[in-house]
Amino acid sequence: MKSTLLRPLLLSTVLVGSLSLYALTNKGTTVVADPDNAGLKLPTGFGALVVAETGARTRHLTVTPQGNIYVKLNRPTKDGKGILVLHEAPTGKATVTGGFGSYGGTGIATKDGYLYASSDQEVFRYKLDAKGEVTNPAQPEKIITGLINRRQHESKSIALDNAGNIYVNIGAYSNSCQVKDRQKGSLGQPNCPVLDSAGGIWQFRADKLNQGYGSGTRYATGLRNVVGLDWNQQVNGLFVMQHGRDQLHDTFPELYDTKQSAERPAECLYALKKGDNAGWPYLYYDPIQRKKMLAPEYGGDGKKEADPKYLEPAAAYPAHMAPNGLLFYTGTMFPEKYRNGAFIAFHGSWNRAPEPQKGYYVVFQPFKDGKPAGDWEVFADNFAGSPEKIATGRADHKPCGLAQGPDGSLYVSDDKAGTIYRIVYNKK
Amino acid sequence: MALLALGSGPVLAQKKPAAKMAATAGIPAASLLKGKSIYTQYCLTCHQADGGGVDGLNPPLTKTDYVLGDKTRLINVLVNGLQGVDINDEPYNNVMPSQDFLTDQQMADVLTYVRNNFGNKASAVTAAEVKAVRTANKK
Repeated sequence: MKSTLLRPLLLSTVLVGSLSLYALTNKGTTVVADPDNAGLKLPTGFGALVVAETGARTRHLTVTPQGNIYVKLNRPTKDGKGILVLHEAPTGKATVTGGFGSYGGTGIATKDGYLYASSDQEVFRYKLDAKGEVTNPAQPEKIITGLINRRQHESKSIALDNAGNIYVNIGAYSNSCQVKDRQKGSLGQPNCPVLDSAGGIWQFRADKLNQGYGSGTRYATGLRNVVGLDWNQQVNGLFVMQHGRDQLHDTFPELYDTKQSAERPAECLYALKKGDNAGWPYLYYDPIQRKKMLAPEYGGDGKKEADPKYLEPAAAYPAHMAPNGLLFYTGTMFPEKYRNGAFIAFHGSWNRAPEPQKGYYVVFQPFKDGKPAGDWEVFADNFAGSPEKIATGRADHKPCGLAQGPDGSLYVSDDKAGTIYRIVYNKK
Repeated sequence: MALLALGSGPVLAQKKPAAKMAATAGIPAASLLKGKSIYTQYCLTCHQADGGGVDGLNPPLTKTDYVLGDKTRLINVLVNGLQGVDINDEPYNNVMPSQDFLTDQQMADVLTYVRNNFGNKASAVTAAEVKAVRTANKK
């Protein structure tokens, strides 16, 4: 008797167990890459799909542990939504299910049950419930306010650490701190006054209301403009991608030709510690000589090196490619080599003209023990659509934000056409 | 120096090229050629080879009243630079520096070129017109 009663019970347990196992695997495998991999060129074994065509200016994005996608828009939609909410079908295709936050901006992140988002002057946070839904879309807490915005380098990108702090980029409202910005021959202002309120990363508490410059800390300075930044969990430290200076030739044509102007001022990755100074506007990093060079506005001539006291970049990338997204990959979906390495979204250049433009791709930078190790490689290419569109800068899509999904997928936002991509690894 | 001499008779300079233009049913070829060279040297990095500008940063020079419309306003953009203006309802966040180091004739040439390239078609800008705006600014 006992055994006959038990048998169906056991059987059903086994059945339920295997069913749920099937569902889980099924959930992973029903996310299908588009036949053309969303137009992207990827390494073998990877696939990509268009998650959604939003038609909006999608800057940074974040995916909650439950799989809800929040996207920050540079400009609110016509009905006044500056943050889009997307929910995915099991296939991976998503629809915009709502939106809130009437401000434009770039930064967005989730951490410990909160969603953080920035305008170009402020940072807000929203409470997330157990389903990853925002509970107070119309009444966020304003945690940071009054940050300088003079249009140039206005993005207030954000990252959070594990100690309750939030890091905000405040970009310099200037190219190289000239007396007259971007003016041919204009020299640099002594003791660049921009650095008092911009040109660095500021640290604030993630849970305090209405913090301004007075209640924040200038965590690191001498950074011209950072759009992509991320907290590295392995070394518990902040990494940032700086947009290097523009227009060496336009401002000092007697010192730099157009080719040098296009190639010399690198885009740099920095590992930051509190109090670091990366040296803007007094220097730029020459990726060919691999040296910190004195800026022409401050007496440089392309040969004189800068004061060695400034922070050395952790890695350097070709000039003007505009690194707008940085993400340390902590997932397990991608092969082992990607774990704890960095993905960088290069929005694409404009300041290389008349030389051909460059970028419009997502790069992978291998890391070992918390440091860049080995050469970077192009990971996802052809956002632009064709080599001609890259060269002319008339790209169809411009990668901007990066996010990791709960399953380890890599999401990429494009602020040109508003496409949201998802890159998956599907090799067995 | 020849450029300065040309600019010294504003009334004459204004009338004569206008008549000449009508006669040739177009824009002085020499002005376009010189304008292109100035554009390449001082404008192309930001406004790009096709005049299309850069999204969100540097405005396009095509299909805009800023280029095709009022010449005084256009000349003043070169003389004084420009920032913080939305063009065709789009914000452009970079600074346009003053190009005041250009001569009246150089400004006239580059503006004439821009007004008649990239698909644009509008009347030429003369050195006399540039001079008049610059003189008025100094008063």
